[in-house]
Amino acid sequence: MNKRIIKILLVTGFTSVMMISCTKDLNRVPTNDVTSLTVYSTPAGYKQALAKVYGAFALTGNQGPAGQGDIQGIDEGFSDFFRLFWNAQELPTDEAVIAWNDATIQNFHKMSWTSNDAFLQGLYYRSMYQISLVNEFLKQSTDAKLSSNGISGADADAIRGYRNEVRFLRAFQYWVLMDLYGNPPFVTETAAFGAIPPQIRRADLFTYIENELKAIENVLPAARANEYGRVDKAAAQALLARVYLNAQVYTGTARYADAATYAKKVIDAGYTLLSDYRWLMLADNNLNNPEFILTINYDGLNTQGYGGSTYLVHASTGGSMNPNTYGIPSGGWYGIRTTKNIPLLFPDVTGAADKRAQFYTNGQNLDINDLANFNDGYAITKFRNVTRTGAAAPHLDPGGTFCDIDLPLFRLAEMYLIYAEAATRGAGDMNLALQYINTLRTRAYMNASGNITAAQLTTDFILDERARELYWEGFRRTDLIRYGKFTSAGYLWPWKGGVFGGTGVPAYRNLYPLPASDVTANPNLVQNPNY
Amino acid sequence: MDPRKLLRIISLPVFLLLSMIAFAQNRVITGRVTDASGNGIPGASITVAGSSVGTTTNATGDFTLSVPANAQTLVATSVGYERRELPISGNTVSFILSNQTSSLSEVVVIGYGTRQRRDLTGSVTSITSKDFNRGQVTTPEQLIAGKVAGVQITSNGGAPGAGSTIRIRGGASLSASNDPLIVIDGVPIDNTSLSGSANALSLINPNDIESFNILKDASATAIYGSRASNGVIIITTKKGRSGKPTFQFNTQLSASTNSKHVDVLSADQLRSVLAKNTTSQGAAARALLGTANIDWQNEIYQTAYAEDNNLSVSGTAGPLPYRVSIGFLNQDGILKTGNLKRTTSSINLSPTFLDNHLKINLSLKGALSKNVFANEDAIGAALVFDPTHAVMSGNNRFGGYFEWVDPNTNKPNVNAPRNPLGLLYQKQDKSDVKRSIGNVQVDYKLHFFPDLHANLNVGYDIAQGKGTVYWPDSAASRYARGGENNQYRQDKQSKLLESYLSYNKEIKSIRSRIEAVAGYGYQDYLTTNYFFADYNAAGVKQPNSDPKFDLDKPQNTLISFFGRLNYNFADRYILQASFRRDGSSRIAPENRWENYPAVAFAWRLKQESFLKNVNAISELKFRIGYGITGQQEGIGNYSYLGLYTLSTSTAQYQFGNNFYTMYRPNGYNPNLKWEKTETYNGGIDFGFANNRIIGSIDYYFKKTRDLLNNISQPAGSNFSNVITANVGNMENKGVEFNLTAIPVQSRNFTWTANFNITYNQNTITNLTAVTDPNYPGVQYGTIEGGINNTALINSVGYGRGSFYVYQQVYDGNGKPIEGLYVDRNGDGIINEKDLYQFHNADPSVFLGFSSNISYKQWTAGFTLRGSYGNYLYNNVYSNLGTFRNVYNLPYIVNNASVNYLETGFNNNQYLSDYYVQNASFLRMDNIYLGYNFGKFMNKRVGLGVNASVQNVFVITKYQGVDPEINGGIDYKFYPRPRVYSLGISLNF
Repeated sequence: MNKRIIKILLVTGFTSVMMISCTKDLNRVPTNDVTSLTVYSTPAGYKQALAKVYGAFALTGNQGPAGQGDIQGIDEGFSDFFRLFWNAQELPTDEAVIAWNDATIQNFHKMSWTSNDAFLQGLYYRSMYQISLVNEFLKQSTDAKLSSNGISGADADAIRGYRNEVRFLRAFQYWVLMDLYGNPPFVTETAAFGAIPPQIRRADLFTYIENELKAIENVLPAARANEYGRVDKAAAQALLARVYLNAQVYTGTARYADAATYAKKVIDAGYTLLSDYRWLMLADNNLNNPEFILTINYDGLNTQGYGGSTYLVHASTGGSMNPNTYGIPSGGWYGIRTTKNIPLLFPDVTGAADKRAQFYTNGQNLDINDLANFNDGYAITKFRNVTRTGAAAPHLDPGGTFCDIDLPLFRLAEMYLIYAEAATRGAGDMNLALQYINTLRTRAYMNASGNITAAQLTTDFILDERARELYWEGFRRTDLIRYGKFTSAGYLWPWKGGVFGGTGVPAYRNLYPLPASDVTANPNLVQNPNY
Repeated sequence: MDPRKLLRIISLPVFLLLSMIAFAQNRVITGRVTDASGNGIPGASITVAGSSVGTTTNATGDFTLSVPANAQTLVATSVGYERRELPISGNTVSFILSNQTSSLSEVVVIGYGTRQRRDLTGSVTSITSKDFNRGQVTTPEQLIAGKVAGVQITSNGGAPGAGSTIRIRGGASLSASNDPLIVIDGVPIDNTSLSGSANALSLINPNDIESFNILKDASATAIYGSRASNGVIIITTKKGRSGKPTFQFNTQLSASTNSKHVDVLSADQLRSVLAKNTTSQGAAARALLGTANIDWQNEIYQTAYAEDNNLSVSGTAGPLPYRVSIGFLNQDGILKTGNLKRTTSSINLSPTFLDNHLKINLSLKGALSKNVFANEDAIGAALVFDPTHAVMSGNNRFGGYFEWVDPNTNKPNVNAPRNPLGLLYQKQDKSDVKRSIGNVQVDYKLHFFPDLHANLNVGYDIAQGKGTVYWPDSAASRYARGGENNQYRQDKQSKLLESYLSYNKEIKSIRSRIEAVAGYGYQDYLTTNYFFADYNAAGVKQPNSDPKFDLDKPQNTLISFFGRLNYNFADRYILQASFRRDGSSRIAPENRWENYPAVAFAWRLKQESFLKNVNAISELKFRIGYGITGQQEGIGNYSYLGLYTLSTSTAQYQFGNNFYTMYRPNGYNPNLKWEKTETYNGGIDFGFANNRIIGSIDYYFKKTRDLLNNISQPAGSNFSNVITANVGNMENKGVEFNLTAIPVQSRNFTWTANFNITYNQNTITNLTAVTDPNYPGVQYGTIEGGINNTALINSVGYGRGSFYVYQQVYDGNGKPIEGLYVDRNGDGIINEKDLYQFHNADPSVFLGFSSNISYKQWTAGFTLRGSYGNYLYNNVYSNLGTFRNVYNLPYIVNNASVNYLETGFNNNQYLSDYYVQNASFLRMDNIYLGYNFGKFMNKRVGLGVNASVQNVFVITKYQGVDPEINGGIDYKFYPRPRVYSLGISLNF
């Protein structure tokens, strides 16, 4: 009997040893992905992490042109920051209509969007995503972390510099959220991973952005002293100017004097206008360009995606337009045009006088009978993936799709317009304002023939001038709201509110809704009124 | 080394140790177990009735057994044969076992053991080869489509080797896997997709399969723990028979034809549509028309032939029962250019040693398949491509195929569909796939303690898929980049080690039988993905296409402890409890281990005294069971870890003049845990008229909690706005009914019939961490047309996969009014708030009916399969049934669906409920006729012939090409062919 027990024990003992020896196999780690310890062990790793914080502006994910998207719940090609931002800022206005039938895309121009809108959701998550990246970078680059990662001296100083830049990027995205959604969730690097963010009121967010920008204004590299594509002091000042200009909308209190002050700081920082307006949005606009303050950088070979300038060039090409002329041999996407309101702001649509009138009219109808028909509405040729000489983009991919054009988030012309508007609203030097506006118009007309008089310089004139100068650069919705013209029946454009001749819509549409998905996921959020 | 010598060396120490034990026995009985034709049955179990004394037969079917002096009766059982009892008289007892019909003594394979059907406590269905579907069956699961209550098997299309979607009782999950666990000869296989293979399961030759056992309720499946929520399918392959080598040769030739075209306009209909259009667009479109009359669907489909040859030899060499088979399949697809060539082989050796105390079963299966994948883009292109242009343009451009060209660039128009024949013939998409599954199972009955068995199972499943994709530089689809010449490769390797002890004891004094199993399992899945640069046809590497890494090796491991206790009192009351504890490498250490218990009880009323003598009732049994099962498919291998991924060279960001690859922190969920399903099951098994009528009815209720759900995260709290998290609950309840009858049974004429029907209702009961009545749910189901358009939703209070659409308004003639929808929320605006849940993609009822008649040497039968309550979104109608589709962009004119003639829609109205159509159906899956010539040439050779037709007809209201499409959206569906087959089988 004892022997039998011993043998049973032997068998079970053998089995148990086998079992225990294997449970450590449950700790599996991936082959190529790494942990933060590896990423932040070198200065080069920090720069690659910094590249992601910036790159979240320009790329839709970690694989160009698509494949490892950052944002879920939306087709990756649509999830690009500038494409989403552009759609939200331009499609609901007189500046743009789109022919496509992608999900709720038509609801923008018809002003019937809801809190379930995939595109509004995409932009919101894209902005919050970049904020999350900033917070992570700040957590990983504290002095304590740098020293525990063995990084010191000039390397550590450089990384401390990166921290100021990413704080700017966070402030920028909070501005986007404040402008479009009003009262977003608020999270900084002090929040733990996974913590549910509180909501912030629009006015409080304004204060945060203002303080944050002022805090970094003087520690950022001087204007134009940083690498191309990176944030400097002028970028922070330019954003402050923009935020102050719209302060009345954001907080109920106007701050035009501050807007003028900060616009002037940028203007005085050594920027000048590019000599020819038609060169602004070309494939080689990164070269010899004294006007751009901060850009999103795209590249046909190295920075591929279906958003940004690739979207703007392809989607605006259609009808009888020759794709080769616009530097996209693979062809146009027959999407976006403009309503008649914009061409009618110019003395003539051919651009003979005001060179800013870059319309394609051959085969295009000025009036829009059918939003879905590319031929209804003039096409816009402002963005072209060719060089100043008309040559193909230097980094055009073999398929002829991805564009090299960099898109300015801030350029000098906007600062002139901010200063002038603040002045017409009683917070700046009108003579200087007139000088700035005529500088713009001289560039536009290539001579002084388009210059205006002091009497012509009115607040309303500035709105039209902004349209002429900045159309399709992502400003129009904000501008119309500031002028009280976005939702009201006082200013109409074709198909505003979903009606052929245009109609007013309720004022609550001056704010976009928070996405229903986040209101559900985050119990701290209260939806914007009426959504 | 001689394997027998090797075995002897290995077994020597064990043998020495154990041979010290001697047994005191009184009598020695010898005998033989044979089948009806006198062939020995190896491995049959011989026991003394009412005791645990027993043995198994050797390779020739002979046995020797020492029995107690008082032993009266011997019992012989073997898988596939009727149980038989014989009195002991003298020292020799010989059994002749008859082949099994569906009956109570049928031995059913369950997890880690076998059991007689009458002793089952759970819901288990067994289908053996005699009941398999006939005809050209390329993948195993199609053998049992329509045969099992509660099991829905839907092929994913008509391509050669295409896989199927298998749903047992509706599945248990929402976003994670709903596929059952498949165990082949004791090896749980990796059933995830394999590069280069249409379907991983297609690498198993259906001809080698002996039986399917489908475990449906938790009391049956919970022994498989974390992989069992969606049911378990145990596949057993054929084993060696005793005696002289027997050869079996089957050959089958088949012809497949396309049974139905999608209804699109003919060339003349298109001309007439455009002739009536008076707009400038109509005029522009007319100018683009050609003069030909092409039916593109006729052009892309063909009558496809296939041959399927299988040879097997089975017998015993010395002490070694064996079965060796080879199979060769060569199947063309009805979509031109597609072909599957598959060579399979299997070896099974099942020797016994040490006086039948040591049983070894070695099973090896291998497959080599060569695929030529037809470019399925041609299916969609054939619907939309202009029928007024000839296939060939008459010039050499684009390989001679007519293509739409942008006159501005003189290049293929990127917005146009491509020539369907160009798509087929210019893309060369080939793969070579290898797979082998093998295992050795050693079962040792302890010499010193014969009630105890030690079982060791060591197995592997390895596969390699590699292939190439080539487009010439003339191909319009890859024109700008100069064609394509790329390769891909994926290797998979899974290792299995399982060991368990089982204890069987009959304690006659208290009329009890006890079975206990306790074991350990280790399974590891390793995939190797190889990455390659991107080349054009000329071999020029595309810029920035060099991969950052040469390969990636995702891996996951599952470790398990399991046990089961089965107590049977007086053959009347059976209580079973099982337990499994699983640990997965996919889950953080804090949540890594989870327990899966189950308990069940069965009461065999028939054995009670008041029924024992009621002859009309041959069986009556009540079963109830409860258990918890889990799920880990749907959790990424490393998704609980915070990781950074390096971007590709095409996703760099520019600072100054330099481009930097980016390190991205990925979204992760450290709190991920198992999805768990509780199942309640109650059932009745019955048999009447001496089991000529048998059947069962089951009610089940499954509640899944901690659903693995792709759910929105509070923005700013994670690095992804959607991550997989355990949020949500779902319920499935249903009733299954199964009836098998032998209405006629006589010497020359037998008719058997099976009917099964299942009602299943799925309800999502929660989807969010915080209740939000305004939250519509998770939209999914991307449709063709536009981008980001989805037609399906998972909403609380509704079944999985409701359509989420606008309510169409119709005019007085019942014609839908374009763009006019009901303002369901009454706010004066038609927007997403007016979308509503409308019908469901899943059926509420599905059924199968099979009938089989044998008259003398003739056999004939059919299988009907039906489904009720399932709807489909007709994406062909919604995308192609508009004028916008015919003419929208300059320089291109397209064909339209015939639905345009009905609606006259100008623009697409994708989300109209008008396009959600009733797809209930009744399909004649299979009709066959066979004739058995019997034996000739001195009774040495047997010959049979058979003919069958598959996919004979479908009765449905659905207006698209096929009502049976997985996922609820009908577009670009590879049509299921009608298959005519002729087969010959030879035995010698």
